[in-house]
Parts: sequence; structure tokens; C-alpha cells
Amino acid sequence: MSFININNIWKQYDQTIVLERVSAKVEAGEFITLVGTSGCGKTTFLKMLLGTESPSRGSITMDNIPIPQEPGADRGIVFQKYSVFPHLTALQNLILAREFERAPLLGKLFGQSRKEVTEQAQAMLTLVGLEHTDDRYPQQLSGGMQQRLAIAQALMKQPKILLLDEPFGALDPGIRADMHQLILKIWQQTRVNIFMITHDLKEGFYLGTRLWVFDKVRYDPQAPNAYGATITYDIPLGHTDRNTYKEINESLHHSDTLVTRTEHE
Amino acid sequence: MKRLINIRPSPITKVILGALPFALTLLVYLWASDIRLAENPNDKLMPAFSSFFSAMGELVFEPSQRSGEYLFLQDSISSLRRLLLGVILSASVGLVLGVLNGAIPVLRANLSPYITIVSLIPPMAVLPILFIVFGLDELSKVMLIFIGITPFLIRDLQSKTLELPSEQLIKAQTLGASTWQIIIRVMLPQVLPRLIEALRLSLGPAWLFLIAAEAIAAQNGLGYRIFLVRRYLSMDIILPYVVWITLLAFLFDWLLHVFSERAFPWFHTSR
Ligand SMILES: Nc1ncnc2c1ncn2[C@@H]1O[C@H](COP(=O)(O)OP(=O)(O)OP(=O)(O)O)[C@@H](O)[C@H]1O
Ligand SMILES: [Mg+2]
Repeated sequence: MSFININNIWKQYDQTIVLERVSAKVEAGEFITLVGTSGCGKTTFLKMLLGTESPSRGSITMDNIPIPQEPGADRGIVFQKYSVFPHLTALQNLILAREFERAPLLGKLFGQSRKEVTEQAQAMLTLVGLEHTDDRYPQQLSGGMQQRLAIAQALMKQPKILLLDEPFGALDPGIRADMHQLILKIWQQTRVNIFMITHDLKEGFYLGTRLWVFDKVRYDPQAPNAYGATITYDIPLGHTDRNTYKEINESLHHSDTLVTRTEHE
Repeated sequence: MKRLINIRPSPITKVILGALPFALTLLVYLWASDIRLAENPNDKLMPAFSSFFSAMGELVFEPSQRSGEYLFLQDSISSLRRLLLGVILSASVGLVLGVLNGAIPVLRANLSPYITIVSLIPPMAVLPILFIVFGLDELSKVMLIFIGITPFLIRDLQSKTLELPSEQLIKAQTLGASTWQIIIRVMLPQVLPRLIEALRLSLGPAWLFLIAAEAIAAQNGLGYRIFLVRRYLSMDIILPYVVWITLLAFLFDWLLHVFSERAFPWFHTSR
């Protein structure tokens, strides 16, 4: 059995069918990028992995267990914005993850245990390139720094999958390139399974090991809501067991040729 | 010439413009009072400033012949005690119920319609009931303030809790937080500065209810004194008391604001 099994899921809001007949198998460690026209249901799909929405039909299992119908610590998320807590400093935002774990009653750690988790949090800040910003509140950080913090926060729980919904959509192109390096570094180090929505096709090709295109295969002009989108292209962008960055580069090169071929077909 | 909406006063002009209405009010009063006193030296409606000082001097510095108390001090302490008790009680209940209502849909379904209806009851209409149930002394006055402002606080804080971006609550859950942890670490700290804002808005009504209750049944208090001396047309006491109450109201408002800026810097930098 695969790590994640998506078995013929449909999603419907009232009369509107958003997704239909979506099936896929995902192995641990894959980095999947999702593209598709606006409103085609990418976020809806991500929400079903997150647990805030459930499929109208079909099922999604992770490790052979249906995805719970509420968010949990095994599935981390980074939204386009509002992902970090504005009332906590950068460091506190990260420590919070440990406090939830270790202080069920007060949600706050003191003394020796706080010192311990502070060190972990500081290491995480360094990993995402945010050393020296411990005491700053999120509003005092740039958009890119806030997203770094959001990623760091999601990683504190060592989730099995990391869900990213256009995480760099609001950032400048230059900063985006830095963020791409960061997310690749994190993916290599942690081997976390990533699902990332992007509206930038190039970004999708560059980052992922596998690209999904969501689109409608059937369309009725009389009833535009009668049919939903599904995965129309499932393009492998290399192999998931690569270990080094060099190999990623090679496989990305390899995938580029593959893509041009697919496009010409 | 710039558009009027684009013309901004310099800091000095701003101070002058701001002070102008105060100075004008004062001047108009002095002028009108002079005219009236020239016509009738015994006029009670617009006393001269000297009358204020002599009348207030007695209340402030000389113990009352009947009770031996310093009346102005006594009035201030009684009123402030009632006001603070009422406001603190309301703030605590408003915060707890507001956040819980905002956080837990089942509780909200249970309590929200009830609170909405209760908040529509005019508090002054139930004042007689308060006097009957809680007696004529302190408790009924505190309760009037409580009944007057708590429903507003609950509803306001409930909506402020609901306004927190759902992304935050989802994020907290992906960090493994329980309902309780989300309430105390995510919702409560973010609602606290909004409680201060709501309190600043509630202080006006709180004073209103306090003075109304004191006017109707009390042995002391700022409102009691004003309504007592009204019988003798003692504007020389009423006006300074009104100014004093206004000053206290301003002071509280300012203190709350300063406290909020100190305690919740993140809240004030975000705007
Ligand atoms: N709660 C809801 N109730 C009704 N319709 C919904 C709901 N959520 C989403 N939809 C509809 O489902 C469709 C897919 O929405 P979704 O947010 O998943 O699109 P998306 O692919 O993420 O688009 P974008 O690229 O613009 O973010 C849209 O037509 C939207 O109107
Ligand atoms: Mg979307």
C-alpha cells in the first residue's frame, strides 16, 4: 500500500460539483506541486488532506487510516497569509508548538524545560534563515520572513505531510527564488511529504518531484457546474529517492525534456 | 490650492485648534455669567469662578458638620468603588463568556440568542427590580452597571473572537493544540486588547448607570451629591462635580489606552 491513497473522491457543494473522480497514490517523501485554473478546486483538495473538508464520495487514507475530519499534528500547513500568530514573537511562535505538546493545562513552559525548547526553536529559526529575529513580532517581519517563520512553525511538529497553499504567491520574484532554495533544503533534510499549490507553472516544474494539473475533462456550457475538475496530468518530475541536490538538478533537467514532450503530444 | 481633505494641520496648529473650543466655552461662560451677575448679584444659574472655589473649598477641605467626613473625598471614593466593582465584574464575565461563546459553536448556539434578547432589556427599566432584590445599598448599583454593560461586552468579544482568521485556528490545531490550549494561548491573548477597547466604549454607559442609580437611592456619591444640591439650585457645586466626573472619565480612558499600548505592543504596531 502507498503512503497516501486517494480513492475516487468527489467534492460537491450543493449543486456545484467541484472535484470528480480524483484518484492517486502517493509515496512517502514525494514533493507534489498542484496547478490549475483559478476556482478549479485545488484549495478544496488540500482542505480534504488537511481535514477541514471531507470528500462527498470516495476516501483518502494516510498509512491506511482515513484522514481524520479535523486538522492534526501529522499534517502541517502554510497558508498564503495569517499563518503565524501576531501576538507572539518569532521565537514564541515556534516555542508554542512544544508548549502545546508538553503543557496541556497552561499551554506555557517555564524554567528548565522552556530553556530546552528555546534552543530547539532557535535552531529551527537558524535553519530557515531567521536568526537574530527572535524578539520581533510578525508585523515587524517582511512578507518573505513571515512565510519562513510559518514554514519553521509547521516543521516544529515534524509532520508527515506539509501542505502549502500558494505560500509564495504574495512575494516578490527575487524573494521567491530564495524561498525555493529554502523549501528544497527543507524537503531534502526532512523528507517530509509536500503538497504545494502554485499558480506559477514554472515554479511547479522547478520544485516538485511530481506535478498534478487539475482541470475539467467534461464541460457543459448549459450547466457549467455539472462537472468537476480532476487530475488531468500527473507528471513525474524525476525520482523520489534522490539524495543530493546535484541529483535533483539532473532530474529536473530530465523532467524538463519530458514535459516538452508531453506538451507536444 | 490643495483639496481640503489633503490639508493637514502642523503639530502646533493642531494643539491650538484642539484647545480653541475649550477656551471658547470658558470665555462664553465667563461673559454670560458676568452679564447675569451684573443684573442680579444673587443669580444662581451661572456663578462666578470665585463661588466655585468657595463652595468646593468647603466640600473638599472641611469635614461635614453632620458626619465629620470630607464629603468630596467620600463621594469620589464611593462612586469610584461602585464604578470599578461594576466594570471589573462586567469585564471578567464579558471576557469569559465572550471568548467561550466565540470559541465553542455548541455553547454559542445555546447562549447567543439569550444574550441578544437580554441585551435589549433597557437596564433602567429593571432598576426597581434591582432595588427590590438587592436592596438599596451598594450591590444594586454595582448590579445596574453590570446589567447595563455586560451584554454588550459579551457580544462584542464574541464577535472579536469569531473575527480571528480561521487560518490561525487551523494552524494551532496542526500544532497539536487542544480546544482549551487554543482558547488560552491563541484566542484569549488576542481578545484582551480588544477587551480594553470595548471597556473604553463602555465607560460612558457605566458612568450613566452609576449616576442614575445614585440619583435615585444613595447616601453618598458624586451622582447623589449633584441631585441633592439641585434642590438648592447650587450650580456652584453641580458644575465642578460635572467637570470632576468628566476628568475622571477622561483619566480612565487615557489609562486604559496607555496600558493597552504597554501590554500589547503587537496590537498597536499592526495598525
Ligand atoms: N464552502 C464552499 N461552499 C460553496 N462553494 C465553495 C466552497 N468552497 C469552495 N467553493 C467553490 O469551489 C470551487 C473551488 O474552490 P477552490 O478554493 O478550491 O479553488 P482553487 O482552485 O483553490 O482556486 P484559486 O486558484 O483561485 O485559489 C470554487 O468555485 C468555489 O466557489
Ligand atoms: Mg486556492
